[in-house]
Amino acid sequence: LVFAEEDKYGLYSNLLFKYFLAEGVVCGHDLFVASAKEHPDNILKELPAPLLDDTYGKELGDEAAAIKSEDFQDSMKIAWRYQNLPKMEASPTSYTKFGHYYDVSKKMSPELIQSVKWHSFYLHEELSSQPKMKTCNMNDAYARLLQSLQRIISQGGFDGSDPQKKQKNVLRIGIQSLGSLLWGDDICCSDTPEDVHSLTKFLYVLRGLLRKSLSACIVTIPAHLIQNKAIMERVTNLSDVVVGLESFIGSERETNPLYKDYHGKFHLQQ
Amino acid sequence: QGKFTLLRDTRTDGSFLVHHFLSFYLRAGCKVCFVALLQSFSHYSIVAQKLGVNLTAAKEQGQLVFLEGLKSCLDLVFGEEEEQPGQPSPLQFLSESTSDLRALFDFVRVSLAAPAGDAWKGPVLLLDDLSVLLSLGATPVAVLDFIHYCRVCVCSRLKGNVVVLVHSSEDSEDEENELVVNSLCHHSDLILWAEGLATGFCKDVHGQIRIIQRVSLQQAGEQDLVQIYQYKIQDRNVTFFARGLSAAVL
Repeated sequence: LVFAEEDKYGLYSNLLFKYFLAEGVVCGHDLFVASAKEHPDNILKELPAPLLDDTYGKELGDEAAAIKSEDFQDSMKIAWRYQNLPKMEASPTSYTKFGHYYDVSKKMSPELIQSVKWHSFYLHEELSSQPKMKTCNMNDAYARLLQSLQRIISQGGFDGSDPQKKQKNVLRIGIQSLGSLLWGDDICCSDTPEDVHSLTKFLYVLRGLLRKSLSACIVTIPAHLIQNKAIMERVTNLSDVVVGLESFIGSERETNPLYKDYHGKFHLQQ
Repeated sequence: QGKFTLLRDTRTDGSFLVHHFLSFYLRAGCKVCFVALLQSFSHYSIVAQKLGVNLTAAKEQGQLVFLEGLKSCLDLVFGEEEEQPGQPSPLQFLSESTSDLRALFDFVRVSLAAPAGDAWKGPVLLLDDLSVLLSLGATPVAVLDFIHYCRVCVCSRLKGNVVVLVHSSEDSEDEENELVVNSLCHHSDLILWAEGLATGFCKDVHGQIRIIQRVSLQQAGEQDLVQIYQYKIQDRNVTFFARGLSAAVL
């Protein structure tokens, strides 16, 4: 369970969120995207495009052909064996087995996104259905999200409950801006929130679901808005990895010469 | 026997102590009730294997009673069948408005009650970790009551041991947690306090452990015995050494 504390304007945490999902698409994992802010369909349309070998080579080929077509005819006389290799170094993905590189300025093609199975949970579309589980005094929105997640996990066989399923796949779960007002939780607006335990109860059940299934999850939270620091300490204890993103936009560090090469700080809390 | 040991960690992960005590007591032939709230059974099983103990076998033989908190919680939240009336879930406090941990205590009491002819030596209650109960909505008073009941049952009546892990930190704003930790410190016979180094991450020294033997509890006027060592966690064991004398330095 990866927990990411959002930066003030959410720019970089959104990017991290999209990278996580894009990696899932490229690896062929199933996706589950939950948000109360943006419709998951829109989030998925804006995933960065991966740098794959053939696309890179193809672009290069087009460019080169348009500009310097005469160069291609020059054949090498002495080093003729090298003639058949691509003119420039192949993109980094050919060497890495773990992880891929992405081009943030380009969007992932719809065909690539359609090649994986994805599920979405947009809070405002889910408000009509009634949760069947015991809510345990948890915030309604969180309860519905857990319900939906549990249903996908057991129907998709990610917890091994379907022995017929031959190919085991991983479910990548992304939950955006948890704890914000849009989820119906007031921990971001008040020092003494009404229900201090909703978020931590949710995380505990989520941790249970993750441990018993083949899934990985990233949750982003606007931590800078949470007044009650005790909650963040408890959240940290319940997560496996916690990272914090601090962007320099709008702060005095933006113009500080020490930080001129950077856009922000990445805190590894746990 | 009859001792209450508190495991405490600050700025670091003290769970290596839990793994140690688990395999230590199982190898000694004690009957262990392990309330594992934060990790899955397979997590402990894999580490225990490295330490030379087979948790699955211990469970089958009845030496180990394992409560997997995460699984129990899922069964409680998503379970559709009504539980049998005589056997409420140990984590019942989650779904009820009363926040007392009676059901959890009953679970512990029943697990460690020795039937006649039981071959195991002294009962042990191991808990990882107590701070999670606060996150799940239990009040600090309920948690302290629960620990008190466990001490009376396990330490006094059954002459067994209790080992509990808590998290804490100096500048913590979690007042409820600090309250529980401070109260437990006063009642513990032995405190093992693992702290991360103040200077930050180091490859060869993973942290510092403070061993506090509460001699003052037995004899009035005596001072507690405090020993401080540094440690490094390896694959199958932990090495301890005096401060500043790690193998990397010598």
